[in-house]
Amino acid sequence: MESLIIILVGVLTTVAIYLVLSKNIVRVILGTAILSHAVHLLILSMGGLKLGAVPLLGEEAETYVDALPQALILTAIVISFAVTAFILVLAYRAHQELGTDNLSAMRGSDDE
Amino acid sequence: MYLLIIAILIPFIATALIPLIHNRIGSLHIGWLVLLVPTALFIIFALQIPAISVGEVLNQTANWIPSLGINFTVYLDGLSLILALLITGMGSLVVLYSIYYLSPSDSFPHFYAYLLLFMGAMLGVVLSDNLLVLYVFWELTSISSFLLIAFWYHRKNSRYGAQKSLLITVFGGLGMLAGFMMLHSMTGTFSIREIIAVIGQYTDHALFYPAMFLVLLGAFTKSAQFPFHIWLPDAMEAPTPVSAYLHSATMVKAGLYLVARFTPIFAGNASWFWTITIVGLITLFWGAFCAVRQTDLKALLAYSTISQLGLIMSLLGLGSAAMYFGDGEQGALYGLAIFAALFHLVNHSTFKGALFMAVGIIDHQVGTRDIRRLGGLMAFLPITFTFAVIGSFSMAGLPFFNGFLSKEMFFTATVNAAGLPAFGVSAWGVLIPVIAWIASVFTFVYCMILVFRTFFGSSQLKKLDKQPVEPSIGMLISPAILCILIIGLFFAPNLLGDYLLRPALNGVIPGISGAAPQISAWHGFNTELFMTLGIVIVGTLLFLTFRSWFKIYRLQPADWTFTVLYNSFLKDLKRVANWITTHYMTGHLPAYFAYIFIFFIATAGGALLITGALSVDLMADSPISIYEGMLVAVMAVAAVSILFAKSRLTAILLNGVLGFSIAIFFVLFRAPDLALTQLVIETVTTTLFLLCFNFLPEWKKEDSPKRTKIRNALIAIGGGVTVTLIGLTVNSGELFESISGYFEDSYELAGGENIVNAILGDFRAFDTMLESLVLFIAGLGVYTLIRLKVGKGSGKDEHQ
Repeated sequence: MESLIIILVGVLTTVAIYLVLSKNIVRVILGTAILSHAVHLLILSMGGLKLGAVPLLGEEAETYVDALPQALILTAIVISFAVTAFILVLAYRAHQELGTDNLSAMRGSDDE
Repeated sequence: MYLLIIAILIPFIATALIPLIHNRIGSLHIGWLVLLVPTALFIIFALQIPAISVGEVLNQTANWIPSLGINFTVYLDGLSLILALLITGMGSLVVLYSIYYLSPSDSFPHFYAYLLLFMGAMLGVVLSDNLLVLYVFWELTSISSFLLIAFWYHRKNSRYGAQKSLLITVFGGLGMLAGFMMLHSMTGTFSIREIIAVIGQYTDHALFYPAMFLVLLGAFTKSAQFPFHIWLPDAMEAPTPVSAYLHSATMVKAGLYLVARFTPIFAGNASWFWTITIVGLITLFWGAFCAVRQTDLKALLAYSTISQLGLIMSLLGLGSAAMYFGDGEQGALYGLAIFAALFHLVNHSTFKGALFMAVGIIDHQVGTRDIRRLGGLMAFLPITFTFAVIGSFSMAGLPFFNGFLSKEMFFTATVNAAGLPAFGVSAWGVLIPVIAWIASVFTFVYCMILVFRTFFGSSQLKKLDKQPVEPSIGMLISPAILCILIIGLFFAPNLLGDYLLRPALNGVIPGISGAAPQISAWHGFNTELFMTLGIVIVGTLLFLTFRSWFKIYRLQPADWTFTVLYNSFLKDLKRVANWITTHYMTGHLPAYFAYIFIFFIATAGGALLITGALSVDLMADSPISIYEGMLVAVMAVAAVSILFAKSRLTAILLNGVLGFSIAIFFVLFRAPDLALTQLVIETVTTTLFLLCFNFLPEWKKEDSPKRTKIRNALIAIGGGVTVTLIGLTVNSGELFESISGYFEDSYELAGGENIVNAILGDFRAFDTMLESLVLFIAGLGVYTLIRLKVGKGSGKDEHQ
């Protein structure tokens, strides 16, 4: 299962990088969102999958799955949401001011 | 007793105090207070003479970074003592002189702060036993020299000269640092004493010669040896007291000190002997040759300093033969060269200091240093004239001045070296005294030019800016003291020889005291005397017929100088740097992303391949159930479909599919908290996307050329593969034990049954707090961006 998830992570990363390299700002934002999905899955798989019970002590289980990656991912999900929201609004404002969603057009003239 | 360490620190402390006190001393010239520092230090060092002269050494250590072997160890032997006395003695005279030299419009606090900074740094160089401490002080002298050359920074030439000296000396200094590192990696210590003790085992080490040449690079750049001499003439833009102090008496001697100090480590082989001797002789000749053509008195002195430094350098090279022969008759014979080097080092500081001060007086009183505009000044400046004559004649090596004694010794050393039975000298050896002699002829010529063109002949008073009169008495004291020393040392040279030079010689070549002779002015009609006589005769002839052979200087094309080379190198460096920067700093975000990902693939992926860490092991995997497999397939298909989505709505929904699928995975992988958070966040994100898209244009098909698309695809696949391989490798082995077991005691430790929540809310509570701070900042950013109205025309204003 872990290897399969890691391969899925690879596929997601490939898609994400390709989108990030695009000139269109919306694709770049989508790319970063997908990249964070990939990273979350990667971190989770690092701790080993399905190796125990849900990390709730009340479950009275022998072993629990690794709780640390879960805590890290929880932080990461929230942060990546904040970043996505910020750059989305940035893109919206940039488009409003500059009239383009093309990164090359946004950088202005060469003789600056 | 930390007397010596304190002695080094005093100038630095004084430097820091100057800005604080200079406003509170009323009309008193701050130079008088500054003068106390070098004078007191001179007395401190002078008090060490009795102990040092009988062969004692002082060794004081203050721990600095003991774990790295870097200690502030101060080591005072004869060699260091001579330099320390020069630094503080010349320092006192120069400060005194500068009080009268500087004009009220100059910034005194800056000047004296830099000067004291230099003094402390220079003392640090000659007293440090630790290589790294020495290096730090070494670079500090370069920096203070830079600041002092650029003291009149409103002049373009000052800035140019300052930059040139800094670039060249720091370039050499970095080379020297590399050499020190090599010494450390060979011997395992930074202490010069300890290196000397063990270096014998390492002479066959692969790093021995690289270290030697790198250390020499530092010495040659600092001491303005050919072809690095080009910075010194430009350094003459500094105020004259600075030129007298840094650029003739002390800082440029640091390279000589370094060579002398490292003689016990590196000397005794042909490379050391020939490199130093040849570089020294070329510098000696070229400096003297160029000095003759100068029309600016300070430029003349600068080239003459280069030449004299070359002389001392070549002596240090010749004397290194003594290390080859060891203690004995032959060792003593060649060790004489080192003795002569030390003697001339002291003498040069006296006569060159006097000359610089005399030229400074001319400049100060007459308003020009151009030989073509000067002449006949003897009648107006008789005292200055006396200084100039004493200094010049000593430099020319004429009797009754100390320069004569060390110059004769120099000839003795070159004649001895011509018959050296080692290092493959043989027939070519005769060139050594010949070059020395020719260079000395030119030395004689420029000394005569300095005296006769300036002080004799018809005066051109109308062309001068000021009417020449002798300066106030204060400006004459320092050169007068130096002139007394010049003559005094001729009549009582053994005072210096016994108390300072002999112990210094022991510092350069341990246990070879037999090489230190009793200095005497007269030793019969020998080769050296005839060489001097020849110089006077030929030199006088050349001086009188100067106009007829002056043309040879036109043989050198104007653009065939090292300065032109240096300038074009700087220009090309700028051009190439500019070219490279404009080619990769394109301002295109996709290009920058591409650099980041390529770098990631190259370093992370490359390291994985090179170290052979790559391994894939599927045995530990947990089983795959059918719906998990389906979910993976769904996600993969959704992800790839985004690339081909025709409309952005499709793309957003596909992204939503990914997010919600991950939430399901979190459920499957026993992470209920994650699943809940992910569901909420994904919903909000998708809504946000849809909201924003209302305001953004419908996306067009990527219109990049096919080549770019293929390049991007390759980078993307490379990145994906790298991540996959790293993941698989990590998954197939366990390098460290998991630390997660600790958190399973969360009920006892944190009072929480939900481990994930306990980690977030207790174990890593700060993390969580800062995370909410990030969320808050992002929220502020979003709010501000939406409210921000870029004013009409504000963008234009910037370009007006």
